[in-house]
Amino acid sequence: MKYILMMNTPERGPYSIFNWPRKDFEAHIAYWKSLNTELENLGELVAVEALTGPDQAKLVRAGKNGTPVTDGVFPESKEFLAGYWIVDVESPERAYEIAAHASAAPGPGGAPLNMAIEVRQVMTSRPDELS
Amino acid sequence: MSPLLDTRCEHLLREVAPQVLGVVVRRFGDFAAAEDAVQEALIAAYLQWPRDGLPDSPRAWLIQVASRRITDYLRSEMARRRREAAAATEVDHLTRTAGVESDPEQDDTLILLFMCCHPALSPSSAIALTLRAVGGLTTREIANAFLVPEATMAQRIGRAKQSIKASGVPFNMPDARERTERLSAVLHVLYLIFNEGYSSSIGPDLQRHDLANEAIRLTRAVHSLLPHDGEVAGLLALMILTDARRLARTGPEGELIPLDKQDRTLWHQKAISEGVALISQTLSRGSIGSYQLQAAIAAVHDEAARAQDTDWPQILALYGLLRRMSHNPMVTLNYAIAAAMVHGPATGLKLLESLDADSRLAGHYRLDTVRAHLFEMAGDHQTAIAYYRAAALRTTSIPERDYLMTQVARINAEASLA
Repeated sequence: MKYILMMNTPERGPYSIFNWPRKDFEAHIAYWKSLNTELENLGELVAVEALTGPDQAKLVRAGKNGTPVTDGVFPESKEFLAGYWIVDVESPERAYEIAAHASAAPGPGGAPLNMAIEVRQVMTSRPDELS
Repeated sequence: MSPLLDTRCEHLLREVAPQVLGVVVRRFGDFAAAEDAVQEALIAAYLQWPRDGLPDSPRAWLIQVASRRITDYLRSEMARRRREAAAATEVDHLTRTAGVESDPEQDDTLILLFMCCHPALSPSSAIALTLRAVGGLTTREIANAFLVPEATMAQRIGRAKQSIKASGVPFNMPDARERTERLSAVLHVLYLIFNEGYSSSIGPDLQRHDLANEAIRLTRAVHSLLPHDGEVAGLLALMILTDARRLARTGPEGELIPLDKQDRTLWHQKAISEGVALISQTLSRGSIGSYQLQAAIAAVHDEAARAQDTDWPQILALYGLLRRMSHNPMVTLNYAIAAAMVHGPATGLKLLESLDADSRLAGHYRLDTVRAHLFEMAGDHQTAIAYYRAAALRTTSIPERDYLMTQVARINAEASLA
């Protein structure tokens, strides 16, 4: 079963990471790399993507004649999707375990950030039972 | 770009794949390395045969290529280990233990299945490894079928082989006592493969290496090796009888069509005859298992020319037997449907009450779906709509959700006309 694990930009805005000491920043990045490698080695990783910051985000709607009407820029304080993983796992519990692992990424001083990770099951294109 | 292998050629390749693997494992002993070598040999065949033509003995060709690959691999492994630890083991020893070319290639397919469907593996690992080692599919084909990247599937297969290695299972036929247990694990994996593929007939890519066909092919192979095993025959019949309805099961947009609304002229009559003959023969022999009962139920459905001709009392009786044999709440769910068809919706709804306390099913969309259906039968449209909605929100399947939402719209439309 596939799950998407979505991580939002932290409340104080995505760029606070630039104020971290270099050592902490590097530890943070290394943590993501090792998490991704682990998921790949376990044969569970379907996709992982990081998104550009909210300052480049646009809300788009179709205007008259279907032409795009864009809205933006957004304040840094607004919560935005920062990135996501799609994993293919044996159970929901395993998806939660991975989410907890991601949540505990180290922040300033190496303390776990404990960010909220939204976990949602991905729908399939097939019925799940014989009938 | 070389042309693709024709279907006949591809079938041949996949047919001999487990035999080749059996020989190579016996010769070199290392299952994981042998499996990799055979996979490489299969890929080489895919590339070379269309260009150079079919070799005189495809099986011997594959064994030779795979043996060469594995020898190279073992040599370089030795060299690496020698370099690293100065360990002095010689590759000659390995090629000398090459051993007696054992003949029972028939049994090899079975031994491989026992190995790949080992209870130590998770279902998804067992499925992937079975499709590759026994089914002869490439990692890419398996990855495509499960919609995951090829690298992810390769890791999954690699880990499955490591688990087998770690569990120390020998490449032997398990003893009689263990055999029954291991066979039921094999049948379960084959059932899962079939289930996985059964309705993914949406989209042209999935047709070619259809998992349902693959499951049927592998189950046929097991049946020909164990023709007297009732459950093997039962599973094969169940697959054939279910697959016979495939064309009628989805509409042009991939939308689900329930059994009672299907165009039965689209059912595959030849498959139905085969499945019915197989299950009748098996049931007449005595010992009855759950796959046989499920096949018998599928046969009763398949034999009704129109939905209203369905012999529901017989289906109810068969589910009654199945219920005594298994504690699966899905069986009770189906039993309740059959009871509703025979004795009316109130009886069915009463039976469903016992499932609310079952943690395996409570809150499952199927329970809501069946309730919705039975309330609709009882003429309580508002309650039916509420359950269809609840089910639509809970299912993880897009076609199921679309079907359930269509039911809500349908009942609403009928109500506004009335």
